[in-house]
Amino acid sequence: MPPKFEDEATDRKLCIIVSKGTMEWSTAAMVLGNAATSEGIELNVFFTFWGFDAIIDKRMDKLKISPVANPSMKVPGTEIGMSNMLAGLPGMTAFASSMMGKEMEKLGVPPHREFMQMVHDAGAKFWACRLTFDMMENTMGLTKDDLWDGVEDVISANDFMELAEGAQIIFI
Amino acid sequence: MATELIGGVEVHVDDEGFMTDPSEWNEELAPALAKEIGIDELTDSHWKVIRFLREDFAQQGQTATLRRVSTMADVPTKDLYQLFPKKPAKKMSYISGLQKPVGCV
Repeated sequence: MPPKFEDEATDRKLCIIVSKGTMEWSTAAMVLGNAATSEGIELNVFFTFWGFDAIIDKRMDKLKISPVANPSMKVPGTEIGMSNMLAGLPGMTAFASSMMGKEMEKLGVPPHREFMQMVHDAGAKFWACRLTFDMMENTMGLTKDDLWDGVEDVISANDFMELAEGAQIIFI
Repeated sequence: MATELIGGVEVHVDDEGFMTDPSEWNEELAPALAKEIGIDELTDSHWKVIRFLREDFAQQGQTATLRRVSTMADVPTKDLYQLFPKKPAKKMSYISGLQKPVGCV
């Protein structure tokens, strides 16, 4: 008798919408994406708005976590919330990001670009939002060449709805 | 605890079918386990992963994740998905007589 996990031939589909380009939320997206592909779940990831930082090639290695206006972030080793005044000092975002990066690394979580590549190699498809692309094209001259190689294409919200047919959707 | 007859040998398994006692496993069992999940032939590439998992388990006490296999045993992610289609983490652990990995990445 084959093991149970083999019986459950999956036809599950998952879509993750990534609307934030911060270190913590792009990581969350890739952790879930990686879990999905390794369970045989078909995965499409749609990047929109601030999520573009995670797919703009020259930005994706520099994702940050901000301690400002983040009540969940404590002064390391304490239960004391990071005051916005302290968090707003120059260099604090870089410091917090470097610290989080190191902690993630200890747990075997790869840096963002490598993580994206890993999930891509596992068969996931990555898409960029048309409206965001057009806006960034107008405001900062963004072109498709500026996007990470692993991005399939720039697609509209309607295209995304077609992709998402029958899929579960996670919005991050 | 449930037992299952794999390649003519009785082994202890959990609800999902994973072997629960790593010491009951040996390399002769691997091809029979592989057949249970539709992998008819174990190539050298499969063995590279299986042997890494066994060695790593002996040292770490837990099953390596896909990420760990790809970085430490130098097997690209793409290859893992080809060798153990659809559910690589579960399939590689199953054939190696180990529990599925508990790590998230």
